[in-house]
Amino acid sequence: MIYQNSKPLLEVRGLRATVNGIEILKGIDLTVRSGEVHAIMGTNGSGKSTFAKVLAGHSAYEVTGGTVMFEGKNLFELAPEERARAGVFLAFQYPIEIPGVANNQFLRLTYNTVQAQRGKDELDPLEFDDFVREKMKMLEMSPDFLDRSVNAGFSGGEKKRNEILQMALLEPRLAILDETDSGLDIDALRIVANGVNQLATKDNAIILVTHYQRLLNYIVPDYVHVMESGRIIKTGGKQLALDLETHGYDWVSIEQRAAAGA
Amino acid sequence: MSMSVATTSGYLENLLQGRSQLPASPLAWFNRLRADAVERVGMLRVPTTRDEEWRFTDISLLTTLQFQPVHTTSHLQAAEVEHFYLEPATIRLVFIDGVYAPQLSTQVPGVAGDSDIVITNLSAAVSAHATTLEPHLGRHAEFRNNVFTAINTAFLHDGALIIVPRNVAVDVPVHLLFIATQKEVASYPRCLLIAESGSAVTVIEDYVALQQGVYVTNAVAEIALADNARVNHIRVQRDSGQAFHIADCAVSLAQASRYQSTSIALGARISRYNLNVQLAGEGAECTVDGLALIAERQLADTHTCIDHIKPHGTSRQLHKCIVDGAAHAVFNGKIMVRPGAQLTDSAQSSRNLLLSGRAHIDTKPQLEIFADDVKCAHGATVGQLDSEEVFYLKSRGLSEMTARNLLTYAFGAEIIERIPVASLKHQLEQTVLEQTQRN
Ligand SMILES: Nc1ncnc2c1ncn2[C@@H]1O[C@H](COP(=O)(O)OP(=O)(O)O)[C@@H](O)[C@H]1O
Ligand SMILES: [Mg+2]
Repeated sequence: MIYQNSKPLLEVRGLRATVNGIEILKGIDLTVRSGEVHAIMGTNGSGKSTFAKVLAGHSAYEVTGGTVMFEGKNLFELAPEERARAGVFLAFQYPIEIPGVANNQFLRLTYNTVQAQRGKDELDPLEFDDFVREKMKMLEMSPDFLDRSVNAGFSGGEKKRNEILQMALLEPRLAILDETDSGLDIDALRIVANGVNQLATKDNAIILVTHYQRLLNYIVPDYVHVMESGRIIKTGGKQLALDLETHGYDWVSIEQRAAAGA
Repeated sequence: MSMSVATTSGYLENLLQGRSQLPASPLAWFNRLRADAVERVGMLRVPTTRDEEWRFTDISLLTTLQFQPVHTTSHLQAAEVEHFYLEPATIRLVFIDGVYAPQLSTQVPGVAGDSDIVITNLSAAVSAHATTLEPHLGRHAEFRNNVFTAINTAFLHDGALIIVPRNVAVDVPVHLLFIATQKEVASYPRCLLIAESGSAVTVIEDYVALQQGVYVTNAVAEIALADNARVNHIRVQRDSGQAFHIADCAVSLAQASRYQSTSIALGARISRYNLNVQLAGEGAECTVDGLALIAERQLADTHTCIDHIKPHGTSRQLHKCIVDGAAHAVFNGKIMVRPGAQLTDSAQSSRNLLLSGRAHIDTKPQLEIFADDVKCAHGATVGQLDSEEVFYLKSRGLSEMTARNLLTYAFGAEIIERIPVASLKHQLEQTVLEQTQRN
């Protein structure tokens, strides 16, 4: 929701980034204020996941230009774990499987690490178990997933729920959900979207990365951005997502090229 | 060459001097066995890296250590060693620097209930069980070509003797605890396990230290499984970081018997474990898993040989090494399928994790297959931690070090989780956690 006079959480200016020497992000500008929900849409390969991973601090991507401020601080001065502790959360498009690390052990470790950073109490295994089971109920996840290895052998949809479970535990200021809707059937989509909506407050913000309008029926964005070739070429309200659904992406690029040519 | 033979033969002669302390046995065959071994030592020499079987493992340092068995045995109070005990129930035999410690051991019968089960000190029980022992003692662990096994046999005296009678299942694990308390001594631990037809037992062979000095452990274990017997053998080597640990284990499986082995190497400056498993009866099955977790300048060498002699045998092997610092791990896994061993089903996997640029792994699967209708899979990987996994954990707030420790721990935990004794499993999980966190 858009609030009058709310503070900017994330300010991206002219962001450029390369992978293996190839430029993928070619000057991104984006401002996200607390309370807002932004959707970033765009065809496959337009650079959405690259943008998300650059924000999370993945070392495969080299930032070659521009600035990103998070709550007034230079994001690039923070290591990935410091960004996480400061409240940046990325729900991965392809969550990583970690055989041998029990999910409950992992969840508790990350939860307590972030809690400690915030000067809050850590939970012992028993307390944490009660706490995490509550959160899992909200996502209609079976407690069986606690005893399994992190994401190992989870279906696509189960992995996505496990990502949102982590979001629920870590309570980030800025959550970037990269294609959280893909791999979810319609019921799961509703449950996950419900969970995300419950986590949205006036003090945090969400960036939804998707290339389908479907998710946006459940999580209603305040802004919709269209990304193409590593740039945001159009920004609009939630109506823009519906237009993209009906007419595809071509008209946006044509309009953008015409504007650039003029 | 002749130089090195001369020096090592002097070294071997010196080692054998400690035998003068050994009492003679009333049994002629027992004395002959020792004498044969002594004679054999005279014909052998200490292997060097020029020997194929020792190509990667340089033990020349060992020949500078002329250690003898303990003169005066240490008397320990239970309170000093209790932290090594496995709870709740185990039958325990304790050896201090190789010498049996009755006051710390469980007396069987009495506790085990079944008076036919023998779990006791070898030297005291030899006479009473001579007919059962004679066909096994010194018959499985080949000493003709292994100088260390020959030396151990020459010193044959105290040791663990386990005899599980026909169709008896020992319902609690047997904990063989070998405690090193003195430096600059040699000990010659010995185990003999006879699992009679249809019997079942879980044995934990556990090497621990109460000091961090230099000493030598030269251990030999022999395990014989009769038809349909089941043996679960867990071996934990957590010797002092300065110690030498050389060990030989020979296992023989009769028809439809099942042997499960999990060996964990954490300690010792230089360790070598030879495990020979003979599937000598039709339909025998074995699982042979191992984990070496080493750092600094440690060397851990595991040589296994799984020998399929009869048809329908199954073997499974997963060996893992986690190597940090300037440590060096060696794994040589031989799978032999003899001409008669049709329908053998064998799978071997060697997986290795290098945690530092100076760490080093030599892994060598060795398949020798002389039967045509068999299934033999094998594979080896050597790698570093997966950077995507590390990033995922960091993106959730964990530090680089915590992330790496957690992943390293998980790699080793796959083996530890296979240990069927919960208290030992938890103890080792804790040790591995501490070990992966100390760097
Ligand atoms: N690690 C990488 N190595 C090489 N190319 C990459 C890598 N990550 C992304 N790319 C390339 O960058 C472009 C944008 O990819 P991505 O950010 O995943 O797009 P989207 O998420 O919008 O589908 C693609 O052409 C992709 O192939
Ligand atoms: Mg993507």
